[in-house]
Amino acid sequence: MIGTEIQFELISPEKKLVSETVYLAEIPGDKGMFGVLPGHSSMLVSLGVGVVRLHKTKGDDDVKKIFISGGFADVTGTSCTVLAEEAIAVSDLDQASLEQRLSDLQEDLKLAEEMADKQRIREEINMTKSKLFAITGY
Amino acid sequence: MPSLRDYRDRIKSVKSTRKITSAMKMVAASKLRRTQEQAQAAQPYAHAMAGMLARVSGNYNENSDNAPKLLVGTGKDEKHLLVVVTADRGLCAGFNAYIIKETLTQIADLESKGKEVSLICIGRKGFTALSRKHEEKIVHYFDDVLGRDRVEYAKSNKVAKMVLSMFDDGEFDVCSMVYNKFMSVLVQRPSVMQLIPFELEKTSEAEGASQESTRFEEETGYFYPYSYEPSEDEILNALLPRNVGVQIFSGLLDSAAGEQAARMTAMDNATRNAGDMINNLTLQYNRARQAYITKELIEIISGAEAL
Repeated sequence: MIGTEIQFELISPEKKLVSETVYLAEIPGDKGMFGVLPGHSSMLVSLGVGVVRLHKTKGDDDVKKIFISGGFADVTGTSCTVLAEEAIAVSDLDQASLEQRLSDLQEDLKLAEEMADKQRIREEINMTKSKLFAITGY
Repeated sequence: MPSLRDYRDRIKSVKSTRKITSAMKMVAASKLRRTQEQAQAAQPYAHAMAGMLARVSGNYNENSDNAPKLLVGTGKDEKHLLVVVTADRGLCAGFNAYIIKETLTQIADLESKGKEVSLICIGRKGFTALSRKHEEKIVHYFDDVLGRDRVEYAKSNKVAKMVLSMFDDGEFDVCSMVYNKFMSVLVQRPSVMQLIPFELEKTSEAEGASQESTRFEEETGYFYPYSYEPSEDEILNALLPRNVGVQIFSGLLDSAAGEQAARMTAMDNATRNAGDMINNLTLQYNRARQAYITKELIEIISGAEAL
């Protein structure tokens, strides 16, 4: 008998951030979004940058959104464990300060001279853009 | 013979020392609790990571062609890198000294076998001690990884990034971490943990994880083999470097908790010793005072008799 919910856990290196039962978890895989419902086949997935969306019950509109910067998910039929190095609730992201940060970074990029610095700043710009997209895009 | 005043001064100074040590003990105790909580909070991630790794890496061995180097090594065993973790501050009994001793033993051991050794230091105490003898071996000293109160993953990850980029550049074949493993409040054991190539321990967590999935299969009657996305190789390749970060982080947490525990015990002993010393001095002070009174009495009596 397949249950009606899965145990969802979101863990960062420093602590367990979320541990609750959900009906559906939408997870940003490396190769695109995928949903985990009860009875999902077991798999290990590497995750990309994006937003995890948790539906408490079937057809629930009140979706919990959490931004993650990549990681791994271990999915079984009864549980879904997401390991993420950085995770933050979308509601905690601040659009204004992110936009400020983005323009600061673009400024930095123009000033940066070394390749390594430029690379690092570009990565940060991408991360900030993804965060902004997480607020506005969904 | 010291005068009464000397005794009084010494008792006063030991008393104020005792105040300091007992305050330090209490500070260490509260910090210990915090670091222990932090270490506990960090466990689920490390366990889950170990479980995943056990599952993925089980299919590889040294003979697989495509096995990642982080797992099977470079095939050589010539250059060793030691990551030495000590504390930034002293007054914690043998905590730092044991690590330094262990590191020196390791260096001597490896060099006697003709290996090349380089060092990365975390913590000021270890760095100053080792730079006296082996300055040329220290490739980097991280002075800002250990926070005052807590170890942050982002900071410990800098160490991991450095180790990994050195590995990619072929600067070493084997990397180990020398740190104090937190056994209990009273015992911290200097340990050497191999980071690269990754040594897979048959952890109970990993077995627990696989048991859980078989339980599901039994209950439901469905059988799903584990599938991997994008592929087993890619997941393993992504997991291994992160695992280095996690191992370093958990080592740092162990060391941080151990440091506070060691300091707490050391300061507890110091406080007790100061108490004993005060008792001793008070006894001596009283004796000296008694002797002084007796002497005065004798003087008075003999003076009266002479009249």
